[in-house]
Amino acid sequence: MNNEWLTIAMPKGRIFDEAVELLRLAGYDLPPEFEESRKLIIESESAGMRFILAKPMDVPTYVEHGVCDVGVAGKDVLIEEERDVYELLDLQISACYMAVAALPGYERKKDIAPKVATKYPNLASSYFRAQGEQVEMIKLNGSIELAPLVGLADRIVDIVSTGQTLKENGLVETEEMMTITSRLIVNPVSYRMKAAAIDEMVTRLEPVIAKEETSE
Amino acid sequence: MVKPLMFEKPTGMRDTLPNLYRVKESIRKKTSTEMRQWGYEPIETPTLEYFDTVGYASAILEQQLFKLLDQQGHPLVLRPDMTAPIARIAASTLKEKQRPVRLTYDANVFRAQQREGGKTAEFEQVGVELIGDETVSADGEVIALMLSAMNRIELQDVQVAIGNVAFVHALLIDILGSEERAEVLKRYLYEKNYVGFRRHVESLSLSSIDKRRLEKLLKLRGGREVLDEAYGIAETEEARQALDDLVQLSDVLTSFGVEENVRFDLNLLMHMSYYTGVVFEAYSSNLGYPIGSGGRYDELLRRFDQQEAATGFGLRLDLLVEALGSAEVEQEQSTCLIFSHERRAEAVREAKRLRENGETVVLQDIAGIADVDAFSQAYPKVEYLIGTNGGGSSE
Repeated sequence: MNNEWLTIAMPKGRIFDEAVELLRLAGYDLPPEFEESRKLIIESESAGMRFILAKPMDVPTYVEHGVCDVGVAGKDVLIEEERDVYELLDLQISACYMAVAALPGYERKKDIAPKVATKYPNLASSYFRAQGEQVEMIKLNGSIELAPLVGLADRIVDIVSTGQTLKENGLVETEEMMTITSRLIVNPVSYRMKAAAIDEMVTRLEPVIAKEETSE
Repeated sequence: MVKPLMFEKPTGMRDTLPNLYRVKESIRKKTSTEMRQWGYEPIETPTLEYFDTVGYASAILEQQLFKLLDQQGHPLVLRPDMTAPIARIAASTLKEKQRPVRLTYDANVFRAQQREGGKTAEFEQVGVELIGDETVSADGEVIALMLSAMNRIELQDVQVAIGNVAFVHALLIDILGSEERAEVLKRYLYEKNYVGFRRHVESLSLSSIDKRRLEKLLKLRGGREVLDEAYGIAETEEARQALDDLVQLSDVLTSFGVEENVRFDLNLLMHMSYYTGVVFEAYSSNLGYPIGSGGRYDELLRRFDQQEAATGFGLRLDLLVEALGSAEVEQEQSTCLIFSHERRAEAVREAKRLRENGETVVLQDIAGIADVDAFSQAYPKVEYLIGTNGGGSSE
């Protein structure tokens, strides 16, 4: 029955490739040419899955509204978006971390409101609040490293995977905030109404993730 | 903030046009009848309440309350739910009324939304409160009634997840020893963050057995067999008592014949502190959001200076409409009488006669219509009383 199909929201790009690989290792039959498709909706009859390819930041939205049962989303996005979804598994893929960076020699000035540029204003402001510091957020949509270079902000909050981009732009990391990995998220209604399919997915993924982790 | 354009409404506010109104009305009639037939008496409460009483007692987060000031400067709220106002009444005006009290309501409630997109800030809720009955039969009755109301409107493929926060609480206190430490894990459950829950459990200095008990909690959902599994991690009297209640509840629901529609979900936690015992949430496979919820809130009345057991549920009418989807309600068959001024008196008499027979009649002066053909198309039956020479003319 079509009803037992799982609709899965996935970010395009690297996370999609890694997540599909995990699902294959978990025994889901996904055709080899899957990743090359340029369609936004791709189906696998044999696995009973329909994939929706979305912008990473939008994945939790599709899942919260129930148009997708399951999603793969970075922890950064989950914190930023605060959607009402179950976070069932840490897939341990696309690992990176969130960090604060500034120009070398940056010192916190006491007299003016410090400015922070980021793609993640919610996440960043709750982080600084927890540190007991009030900062002003400047929301940018990309190339965050520019902000301190041109004087738009004193510091930035962004994802760091290798640190190469920071280095090339002459920025230094001042604080590591948290590690980020991709998570398996589930719509609260699907979690109940499609419990069998979702439980099975979790049970099949768990050993695969554990194995990947120890082999690293 | 830009000045709103003429057609705009505040975030999350919606209009109900005639077609939708009919659908809502038909659902409202059926659900209310069901609740009345179970002996629940309807009541109404004011739209505005004091922030310090109902606003404070409500389960709805403060940032979701619409607040305003009355003329003396007291903070008010637009009621965010009906449970707190009914608790206020139960603890005051209805204090002397013989217990248990069964009340039902059908009212609009208000919750401010940050983001629109499918989330309404004002919606109609139908529900019941059963006050002064602490038995499992009472828990069973409200769950069965909720299912029965959904059955009455022919909503297909419905499921209710049932948990017991008393069990979660007892288990966490037993293993962690303090309210503060239990609170941290409760918050992970409340936020549906199982990854965070597991990670926090790993970080605690606990025996591996206790860690396994906590991790087991996340897996406890399914049919009645889940309760047997739950006994395996319950080591205190309180925890076992909470499970005994669920076993008994399962029997009660079987008596009501609704066991097919319920599943146990022992990590269900819809609020950090409001509920005290059995909690439940209703889902339909047609919709991505829960359509109703409820549970036991024995501590709420204490906020109104009365210690009393209570349970109840609320169903969201707007979501029921959405879940029913294509359900079209037939428009009443109405007759349109189009008259010219010469025969007005005759038309009025005819309309009166038909209305007395229970028909719906639209009375329209032909001079008021620009395009007669287009106008009359909307009516299945059209009669013309036009000109001076008509048969029934009394002039």
